Amino acid sequence: MILKRKQLVLGDKTLKDISDDICAPVESFPGKGWVIMFLGAITLLLFYLMILGYIIAKGMGLLGVNHPNGWGTMIITFVFWIGIGHAGTLISAVLFLFRQKWRTSVARTAEAMTVFAVMTAGLFPLLHTGRPWLDLWLFPYPNQRGPLWVNFRSPLLWDVFAVSTYATVSICFWYIGMVPDFATIKDRAKNKVRRMIYGALSLGWRGTARNWSHYEMLYLLLAGLSTPLVLSVHTIVSFDFAVATLPGWHTTIFPPYFVAGAIFSGFAMVVTLMTLVRIGFPAFKDYITIDHMEVMNKIIMTTGLLVGYAYASEFFIAWYSGNIYERYVFINRAFGPYGWSYWIMIACNTIIPQIFWFRRFRRSIPVMFVVSIFVNIGMWFERYVITITSLHRDFLPSSWGNYAWSFYDAAVLFGSFGLFLTLFLLYLRVFPAVSIAEVKPVLNVGRDDGGHH
Amino acid sequence: MAQNQGGMAAIFLDEQKTVAAAIRCRESGLKKFDAISPYPIHAMEEAIGIKRSPLPYVAFVGGLVGMVVGLAFTIWTSAYDWPINVGGKPFVSLPAFIPIVFELTILFSALSSLSAFAWFCRLPKIDPPMIDPDLSSHKFAIYVPSDDHGYDANKLEQMFKELGAVEVKKVAVY
Repeated sequence: MILKRKQLVLGDKTLKDISDDICAPVESFPGKGWVIMFLGAITLLLFYLMILGYIIAKGMGLLGVNHPNGWGTMIITFVFWIGIGHAGTLISAVLFLFRQKWRTSVARTAEAMTVFAVMTAGLFPLLHTGRPWLDLWLFPYPNQRGPLWVNFRSPLLWDVFAVSTYATVSICFWYIGMVPDFATIKDRAKNKVRRMIYGALSLGWRGTARNWSHYEMLYLLLAGLSTPLVLSVHTIVSFDFAVATLPGWHTTIFPPYFVAGAIFSGFAMVVTLMTLVRIGFPAFKDYITIDHMEVMNKIIMTTGLLVGYAYASEFFIAWYSGNIYERYVFINRAFGPYGWSYWIMIACNTIIPQIFWFRRFRRSIPVMFVVSIFVNIGMWFERYVITITSLHRDFLPSSWGNYAWSFYDAAVLFGSFGLFLTLFLLYLRVFPAVSIAEVKPVLNVGRDDGGHH
Repeated sequence: MAQNQGGMAAIFLDEQKTVAAAIRCRESGLKKFDAISPYPIHAMEEAIGIKRSPLPYVAFVGGLVGMVVGLAFTIWTSAYDWPINVGGKPFVSLPAFIPIVFELTILFSALSSLSAFAWFCRLPKIDPPMIDPDLSSHKFAIYVPSDDHGYDANKLEQMFKELGAVEVKKVAVY
């Protein structure tokens, strides 16, 4: 039996159809659905800004952080958003290196998700410092205090470098991918202002063979650089925890465990967003096909198993180490005052995604949407469990205490979605949401007449 | 490359025909001609005879510089400019500097390849000349500047027509 390749682009498109379809959202007025969602998102964003303003003015005490829970919602949600970003880089860079042709139609939006997720995440540690107007002290610059340099031995400083490098390289990679598509929009523009704006964004790209040759090499290089970078970022985020001597944090499994979790949560967010994009822009269903969604669901299931393995292995090591503090933290994690969050995490991350063993559910849009939401919830709780259950009871019972969850904790968590969704919805209208220049070469994949691509 | 001077442009609707035309151009001794396409065509580099892009060398050197800068900076600030004893760790705590060095390696490499790319492609360019607006959507073109070896407008026009060009036109500026 010969396994035939599935068509990557449905509906017998011509090259011109692709340009027309993908440019349509940029060139037309938004529909009702988009406007309603945008108004919702921007209202949430304004609420978020108000809350953040109040937190900056009043201080971090508004949140539940206090001794012994020095890290709370801001750090939990930071790790959550950074993790979400990782799937975008995985799709756009790692799958590119593995020559996975299906990635072309989802790569742009996944990469956009990365950029916005990193932006959303980046705010949290900056605000968590409590005095965000002094955040420039995080960077080693010549100053009049000595100069007093930053402590390069601190994992928190590694994080500053990792996240800012990740943000910079991701934005470059994303932007370079869009340059030829900006040129397409510019050339199609009938309106002078649009022509000028997209002309400037396209940097004067003309698409000569010599330029394409450099372009492809640059794309390959950036993909090659992003791949170790993305693995390093969540590894370093996990060092923030693992380098501390706190039981529950001080484990060597953290780097791979965090990276697997990041990819897991990121793919869930890609699926959440893609199902919405498919509903909002029905024309994109020919590009982001059900086959694409199925592949991503398989990745969710696999990484969900990896994460489940990490949970089990942590427990095993806690017992096997013979360390009473370590053992206590894990028993307390599952059966202590925060046991409910632990079981939410287990249910959402390891049990619910197993539904994707069945092909019928892997290919069902409502099922995958619901599962992806559960995974998002579960992965937020994973970081909650790691941060809070380890901090709230450490070595000395005299210093135990629960996290004082406040209204502001909930407000920053939900408000951050306002920032992310506003950026994402604007992106869908302003930038080409599927890579035009990357989809065209895979047009013939799986077609009977020219499947030799 | 030729700038601000005229030449001949042939427009095609088909990828294969454009590649065939590029091969013919090269066989007839033309050297400075170029192809314009809405997406990268892999056979085109060979057809035109474009050399491998030197960007990987730039990326390598950029990464190397980033690594040296990262090492030098962390060691200089932590051990020489203002040594501070942190938890009894050595002043030159190399393993702890590796994440910083690694990130700077990646950052320098990525930014230098990006700058080199802009330099090689002469980007950004304000208001670039355009042969046909559809060349970034669904048409392909071969452009031959008039100062190319053995440029003959009539002969070229004839040749491109035979190769299946839908339009052959003189371009004043490109």
